[in-house]
Amino acid sequence: MKLKNAREIEEGTVLKEGTSKKNKTGNWKTFEPVVDFDKCIHCMKCVMYCPDICIFQKNGKRGKNDLSMCKGCGICAQVCPANAIKMVKRK
Amino acid sequence: MKKIKALTGNGAASEIMRQVNPDVVAAYPITPSTQIMEDFSQYLADGKVDTELIRVESEHSAISACVGASHAGARVMTATSSAGLAFMWEVLGVAAGLRTPMVMNVVNRTLSSPINIHCDHSDSMGARDLGWIQIYSENANEVYINNLIAIKLAEKINLPVMICQDGFITSHCVEGVDILEDKDVKKFIGEFKPKYSLLKDNIAIGNLALPDYFYEIKMQNVIAMEKAKKEFLRIDKEVNKLLKHETGYFEEYKLKDAKVVIVALSSTCGTVKSVINELRKKGKKVGLLKLRLFRPFPKEELKRVLGNKKIIVMDRSVSLGSDAPLYIEIKNATESKDIYSIIYGLGGRNIYEKEIKYIFERALNNKLKKLEYVGVRK
Repeated sequence: MKLKNAREIEEGTVLKEGTSKKNKTGNWKTFEPVVDFDKCIHCMKCVMYCPDICIFQKNGKRGKNDLSMCKGCGICAQVCPANAIKMVKRK
Repeated sequence: MKKIKALTGNGAASEIMRQVNPDVVAAYPITPSTQIMEDFSQYLADGKVDTELIRVESEHSAISACVGASHAGARVMTATSSAGLAFMWEVLGVAAGLRTPMVMNVVNRTLSSPINIHCDHSDSMGARDLGWIQIYSENANEVYINNLIAIKLAEKINLPVMICQDGFITSHCVEGVDILEDKDVKKFIGEFKPKYSLLKDNIAIGNLALPDYFYEIKMQNVIAMEKAKKEFLRIDKEVNKLLKHETGYFEEYKLKDAKVVIVALSSTCGTVKSVINELRKKGKKVGLLKLRLFRPFPKEELKRVLGNKKIIVMDRSVSLGSDAPLYIEIKNATESKDIYSIIYGLGGRNIYEKEIKYIFERALNNKLKKLEYVGVRK
């Protein structure tokens, strides 16, 4: 994410509404989850446990990860009963 | 149209506050600025203003209420002195960082200890680095003029402004002050149109800024100060059309051909002018530079004017363990080696014409020491 310079920032530390949508915090993580869909049993445990709502389900199937807000906490890998999620160091 | 009114320095400040009729005033009384709030609450009781006057329990709350009200979209003014200003310290920085356009009359009084209610500049000098614009006033007339400038300047640049006057010497002495008509003041300052209002817009202010953004936000204040310097001159000239006065960052009194120059702030300048008149009659080439705008500091302009003159900087405050604040600034600006520091008048100790004459004469005879404490029993 490109950081703004002094002339681009709103004066007086004013933040307008909806900053949580614009401010992607996914670049904080050191490890990121990688899913092996061959092992996945679509139990949806990871969907419910993810604190940053990075995993979605559609029609009873686990979808792909949206890592733009993922902090790499590893909870999804921990709760996965099928051992389908591995935490891999980011490059 | 202007008229002349007999007012004290405090009276001039409360008079302009009445004419401005700010939306919110939050203040806590402290000597010697008390009269400003006394007068103002009388105006409110008499129905001459319709301000929301918040009676707070301390100066810390006073300025906090002012900052909050300002960002809610109100035009805000307040006043304080000495320990009151010291108690505001934390929020002074907040006001500058949040770009709060407020105006505060500071009636200079020394800081404890020992406790003392009289004038020196140690209170406002301590607050010089917090991001406030500082204007110093020689007399009640200038208090009125500087308030007019300050309101426009603050709202143009979105920075808080401090108008300083000498406690008791200016604040409690009655002078003839040129006053504008109420409608002229209203027309000059116009309506306050804040960019944002906490009551109307979906915004958050006073947010956390970590190392990735803090420096940039401070840099904004640096840029704002540069802008404020230019704006000050422009607004000063605008005010000059309404009320004639010496315009500019500083007043030059018989400076052009002077060999020895005193640089000073506020009320002492009047005494120095009187001594200069006397010495000029005897053919001595002496002059005065009265600094009006202390923050932002007019560095290049001062260097141009003071050039290769013998400079005596008179400080009514002391930086314990180092050189006095105004001296350091002037020395840095001029890069002069022919510069001398005088410290005087701490805790309201009077400065007399004979002492200023003594300083000038020693300087003319090349006898002045680099640093002298005038008027103290050593």
